[in-house]
Amino acid sequence: MTTPAPVETIDPSAVAGQKLVEKFPGAVTADERPGYSGWVISAEKLTEAAAFIHDELGYDLLSSVTGVDYLEEGKMEVVYHAYQTTGGPALVFKVRVAREDPVTVPSVTPIWVGADFQEREIWDLYGIRFEGHPDLRRILMWEGFAGHPMRKDWKEAFHEEEVKPFKSRWPGGEHIFAENRTAYGDNVSFEAGFDPEKWIPTDPEEALYASLKKYKTEVIDGIPTDHILVNMGPQHPSTHGVFRAVVMLDGENVVSLKPVMGYLHRNHEKIGERNTWLQNMPFTDRLDYFNSMSNNWGYSLAVEKLMGIEVAERAEYLRVIMAELSRIQNHFILIGMLMNDLGAYFTPALYAFEERELILDIFEAASGSRMMCNYHRFGGVVRDVPEEWMKKIHGLVFDRLPGKIDEFDRLLTENELFVSRLKGIGVLTPEQAVNTSMTGPMLRASGIPYDIRRADPYGIYDRFDFNVAVRYNGDMYDRYLIRVDEMRESLKILEQALKQIPEGPVNSQKPSYITKVPAGEAYGRIEAPKGELGYYVVSTGKPNPYRYHVRAPSFINLTSLEMTCVDEKIADFVALLGAVDIVLGELDR
Amino acid sequence: MTPNELNSPDYDIPEELQNVVAITTLDKIYNFGRRSSIWPMMFGLACCAIEMIAAQASRYDLARFGMEVMRPSPRQCDVMIVAGTVTKKMLPAIVRLYNQMAEPKYVVSMGACASGGGPFKEGYNVVAGIDKFLPVDVYVPGCPPTPQALVYGLIKLQEKIDKQSIKQVRWYQKGPDSVEVPIPMLGPDLIDPRRIPEIKAKAAELANPPAPAEESAA
Repeated sequence: MTTPAPVETIDPSAVAGQKLVEKFPGAVTADERPGYSGWVISAEKLTEAAAFIHDELGYDLLSSVTGVDYLEEGKMEVVYHAYQTTGGPALVFKVRVAREDPVTVPSVTPIWVGADFQEREIWDLYGIRFEGHPDLRRILMWEGFAGHPMRKDWKEAFHEEEVKPFKSRWPGGEHIFAENRTAYGDNVSFEAGFDPEKWIPTDPEEALYASLKKYKTEVIDGIPTDHILVNMGPQHPSTHGVFRAVVMLDGENVVSLKPVMGYLHRNHEKIGERNTWLQNMPFTDRLDYFNSMSNNWGYSLAVEKLMGIEVAERAEYLRVIMAELSRIQNHFILIGMLMNDLGAYFTPALYAFEERELILDIFEAASGSRMMCNYHRFGGVVRDVPEEWMKKIHGLVFDRLPGKIDEFDRLLTENELFVSRLKGIGVLTPEQAVNTSMTGPMLRASGIPYDIRRADPYGIYDRFDFNVAVRYNGDMYDRYLIRVDEMRESLKILEQALKQIPEGPVNSQKPSYITKVPAGEAYGRIEAPKGELGYYVVSTGKPNPYRYHVRAPSFINLTSLEMTCVDEKIADFVALLGAVDIVLGELDR
Repeated sequence: MTPNELNSPDYDIPEELQNVVAITTLDKIYNFGRRSSIWPMMFGLACCAIEMIAAQASRYDLARFGMEVMRPSPRQCDVMIVAGTVTKKMLPAIVRLYNQMAEPKYVVSMGACASGGGPFKEGYNVVAGIDKFLPVDVYVPGCPPTPQALVYGLIKLQEKIDKQSIKQVRWYQKGPDSVEVPIPMLGPDLIDPRRIPEIKAKAAELANPPAPAEESAA
């Protein structure tokens, strides 16, 4: 056996960046602000550079696109994080433009379709126009809303102070009702001189329906045939919350489908930029409210990167245990709810909820809350798991859950009705899946074995022996099977973690309310049960984040929804949406 | 309901008839029927909806209270559990759903967000409490409330129903049988139709600060 060549620690993204500089001299420069990394590309060259990055450098997965408003410098920035599906760190590239309306940046949707929703979100919240975007409408707020709310100079009606803790509440605590502080006595603001009686209501949906106008009455075999427009949601039993889809139908077949979101847009990012670093932790719980344990992890990972601190050894194991338990309960619920969508009303979901309750008991014992765990702290976790509960986790992992997963498998996997509803429906090819920025089980069901726990390991996942579950057909049946596979792999990780977990402190830092975070930017991402959950944070060294962005897997995984639904039946749309696994709290943020 | 609860106290029923005959009031029977089969609307907004589903599931089992039949259609339900953050974008749909419910109808505000905005109160797209628009019967605190808390809130609703009298309830009086809430509009910001004069006056005042006379004109 030959000795392996010495491993060279070359950052592949730095090499790629150098190539980029050579290819576009003068247009690409390294971002040299302290604490920042990546490459700044001039807006004129962005389209060409993006094509080069995608085609030549092989960064085929555009994970996150986000805007930042540098008010004092008079600049707006769009930050892109691109990855290779073969693994490795991100190539971060940015575009900086002057902060004068109209702010325009060329769209990268012709190269990565996955930028579609994210660019619409930036247009909605920051007012940056993306030239060449096929359908640039507001996505979270309604059409006609005054202003772009994430801009630093845009103030909401209940605005009290720039940053928390507010002087009215701390240290003295003389709180005045927000309603009594505002001009209109409510959470609304109108420009001076606004006259609601003369205001002509515009249809906020006009632009939406205009994009469906191209479907007109056709004459087929001498019979005039009309398309039917169906609005599903925001209150509909099959949409898993307040999601809405406008579906254009030809008979029962879907011709076109437009998702409408924002019905649960509760301004995580705006509030997050007012909070202190630690105050954001409980808000992350409320993103994907099935998996608060994983959400915490993504955020603490990003902030720990910025702070440059180590995580206590025992806490690393506790994080893995909680995240994997969370993944198992998420997939149980997903399968139960998918059966709901297919018409097996609530019985499979009841089986799923039984297991979920047992896992929630563990979360409650560890953190004090069933759902909103708020368990992670920078440098570890908030408290240890009680000793007798460690035994319960053992019992669950070694004795109960394997049998229960097998039971699901036995009852469903070869069930004739189940299989005939799922097999071959909503196929997403590997190329489509990567191009639309699918992550998580959606991507792996299409044959791309991309799992962040392996491709770009975080925490201590490099210590465990597990397989990246992958299925190759990309249809709905594979999207179900991959969840079963993943639950089994999670159990493998749990078994190893429970055997290896050392004793010791659960936090490497002293508990404190105010966290000192050096200036800079960081992107922390984890393999959440629904896909890649990323947090992009920018610090200016103050006690509050300057920018706090959540790259939500539910949101971006919907990019491919129209692609998978077209030419399928309307009834399949319901199941296809269920198989994507969306949670509205995270989708709309 | 035990015979003791059902029977009105002042009537003696012969012992041999006690299992067969009950003498009671119409109110009691009417309310017993209503409160034992409250159908909630299958209507989840946010995190609280998951705890609402958990309350429906096997461990907490709302079926014990006759509340297991969740109806997706507002026409068929008796109680709207507002489970989660009410956003401005969603509000017109919620008010419309409430208007579509048939009397008698009740509203349970579940969780901190629905009761008063909760952690998201300061958000620009958040309505600080559904009670600014709909009449709420029971508030359930918590973020999110545990299923036990929701069950307790629904028991409180049952107690409230028990106290109603058929002679006084709104839906058997003359006049409109249902209270319609004007549907808010999505303009430059959320416009509550009931407050249009107020908004107009205030906006005019902001445009011309030293002109308090305009306020009285509106």
